[in-house]
Amino acid sequence: MTLHHYLILAAVLFTIGLIGAFTRRNAIVVLFSIEIMLNAANLNFIAFWRYSDNPELLYGILFTLFAIAVAAAEVAVGLALVIAVYRHFRSIDLEVMDTLKEE
Amino acid sequence: MNTTTLAFIPLLPLVAAALTCGLQNGRRAAVTAIAAMLGSCGLALAALNETWGMAVDTHTTFDIPWLTVGDTAIPFGFVLDPLTGVMAAMVTFVGLLIFIYSASYMKDDRRMARFFCYLSLFAAGMLGLVLANSLLLLFMCWEIVGVASYLLISFWFHKPEAAAAGKKAFIVTRIGDMGFLIGILLAFKTTGTLALYDGGQGLLELPISATVLGLKSSAVISLLLFLGAVGKSGQLPLHVWLPDAMEGPTPVSALIHAATMVAAGVFLVARTFPLFDVPLLDEGTLKTTDVVAWIGAVTALIAALIALGQYDIKRILAYSTVSQLGLMMVGLGVGGVAVGMFHLLTHAFFKALLFLGAGSIIHGCHEEQDIRKMGDIWKSMRVTSIAYLCGTAALVALPFVTSGYYSKDQILAAAWKEPFMKPVFWITAAASFLTAVYMTRQCFYVFAGKYRGSKTPHESPVAMTAPLVILALFALGMGMVLEETIFAKLQGKPIHDNFVIAVSMVVALGGIALGWLIYRGRALGQATDPLAVMPFTQKLWFDELYSATVGRLWALAIVIGEQLNELLLFVRDLAVLLADRIGNALAVGGDRKLIDALAFDGICDRLRSAGHTVTRPQNGFLPSYLRLIAFGAVALGLLVSWFK
Repeated sequence: MTLHHYLILAAVLFTIGLIGAFTRRNAIVVLFSIEIMLNAANLNFIAFWRYSDNPELLYGILFTLFAIAVAAAEVAVGLALVIAVYRHFRSIDLEVMDTLKEE
Repeated sequence: MNTTTLAFIPLLPLVAAALTCGLQNGRRAAVTAIAAMLGSCGLALAALNETWGMAVDTHTTFDIPWLTVGDTAIPFGFVLDPLTGVMAAMVTFVGLLIFIYSASYMKDDRRMARFFCYLSLFAAGMLGLVLANSLLLLFMCWEIVGVASYLLISFWFHKPEAAAAGKKAFIVTRIGDMGFLIGILLAFKTTGTLALYDGGQGLLELPISATVLGLKSSAVISLLLFLGAVGKSGQLPLHVWLPDAMEGPTPVSALIHAATMVAAGVFLVARTFPLFDVPLLDEGTLKTTDVVAWIGAVTALIAALIALGQYDIKRILAYSTVSQLGLMMVGLGVGGVAVGMFHLLTHAFFKALLFLGAGSIIHGCHEEQDIRKMGDIWKSMRVTSIAYLCGTAALVALPFVTSGYYSKDQILAAAWKEPFMKPVFWITAAASFLTAVYMTRQCFYVFAGKYRGSKTPHESPVAMTAPLVILALFALGMGMVLEETIFAKLQGKPIHDNFVIAVSMVVALGGIALGWLIYRGRALGQATDPLAVMPFTQKLWFDELYSATVGRLWALAIVIGEQLNELLLFVRDLAVLLADRIGNALAVGGDRKLIDALAFDGICDRLRSAGHTVTRPQNGFLPSYLRLIAFGAVALGLLVSWFK
């Protein structure tokens, strides 16, 4: 197992998340996809840290921990937004939500 | 007598005119005007009395400096000599009688106050004219009497004939006035003064040696002044206005168009006589006075001919006035100031008498002026008839008992004495003969036969007959009284020539006899009149001639003027159109298209559409936003790796 394997896995994960975010119409699924992309980035952090010259400094773990905390907060906010949007539009279909523009 | 008292003679009527112009009450206006005239008459008689004591050829002047331009001062003053004295006395005296007569004649007219205002204005102008010592002042007063004449002729302006007659009088006299004005300017240019008498420096006292167009200046000036006199005094060919002027009230005809204003032309010639009495050329004997005599003689004959065929009582008298004014001109031309003025004075009295008598008859016949509808006035209007016959006798110059005889005799005698004036003598004698004929004809129509009108005639009130009686006395007696004195005062001697006296008697009595023969026993008013033949009834076609020549020319000028006007209008429209087009082009092309549409609105539109284009990606669809973010991130990544 070399660094490349991890990086390819992370890239595949990111692509899956990106395609999901682009193509799905369900707001919650899009949120999932974003989380997948976020975790792909986390995986990169860990991989680069593990194969770096001095892994005892723990930089990668620290970044990942922060990112997970931020992702948790983001999910909380995102789900709250989805609920608020659902209350407004009675739907979580992204195609329905077209008010975020200049009229 | 000094300036102030002399100035009061014209000023009193002027003040009366000013006072009466605002009055409504005709009676009060009449009293004011008559009082003013009485005052002037008193002063004028005092002035006459003073001049009677003056030595021959002295002129007392009263000058007030008036206009000073550089070194040239134009004084404004009065002159007192026998000529002005006798003229002012005549004007005020005849004027006073006519004012009194008018107060009765006009008493039913709604605009009586205005009538007296105009009459007073006229009297002021006339007296100013008589007394003036400056050609300029004389001309100004000349114009005032012209205006007053215009106002009084068209006094009953609701009648179209009266309005037209006033206009005609004003315009025709203007032709003469133009000559007068040019004469004044020429006189001022040659001598540098307009004062008539100025202690040896006046216009009439300086010897004039300059020449204009090969003629002597004084001759040209006198000819131009005579043109003014021709217009004012109704001489040929400008006589056409005077008969038409009879549309005015009868007292106006008596005062202005018989006794005074029309005599102003004669007076002007008499006043400036020294200018007339010089040869036209340096060598030769032809003088302006010869021109005056010839025009006067021809006028006298032609007017007398026309008078033969008229039916309007006032029109006959009007032509008679023209004829008599011609005689005065003859008198001035052949005999000098005294002869002309003598006939002017006697004529003023008997012609005023005839006009006032005619007014009284017209009044008595219920405003009828046609002699064919009169007749037998003798029975109903005794006083008027006697007075009228006295006037007629004076006009016909019945020998020895009338004033007209004495003055006309002097004219004929003076003409006979001049070697080259024999034709003038015979023309004048013929005119006198015709005068006797037409006056006999008129008297037959008016006094004899049966009354042919519809309403019964009645005698006029005393206020109208009293002036008639006074004037009748003057018409009969004045000749004998004046004959010696006027010649003594106005230079000259009366000439008595038995041949002339015989001719004078023959023409007067012969004319009456001829009239008697023609009209005795004739059914007047019904049968045809042997003298009212075509050329006379049509006034020898003078009006037709003028309308065919001057009138046609004028109409042509009007047509040309109208065409020019049309052309101007067209050019104006063209210019307006052009300006409109240019303005439009600037407005549309420059302002709206370039500045508004292209520069201002265009930039705004561009900005707005650019904004639209830029905002198109912000379509509100979250997935597309996401795509853009991703695209941006990739682009950013590529950019970073590029610069690395």
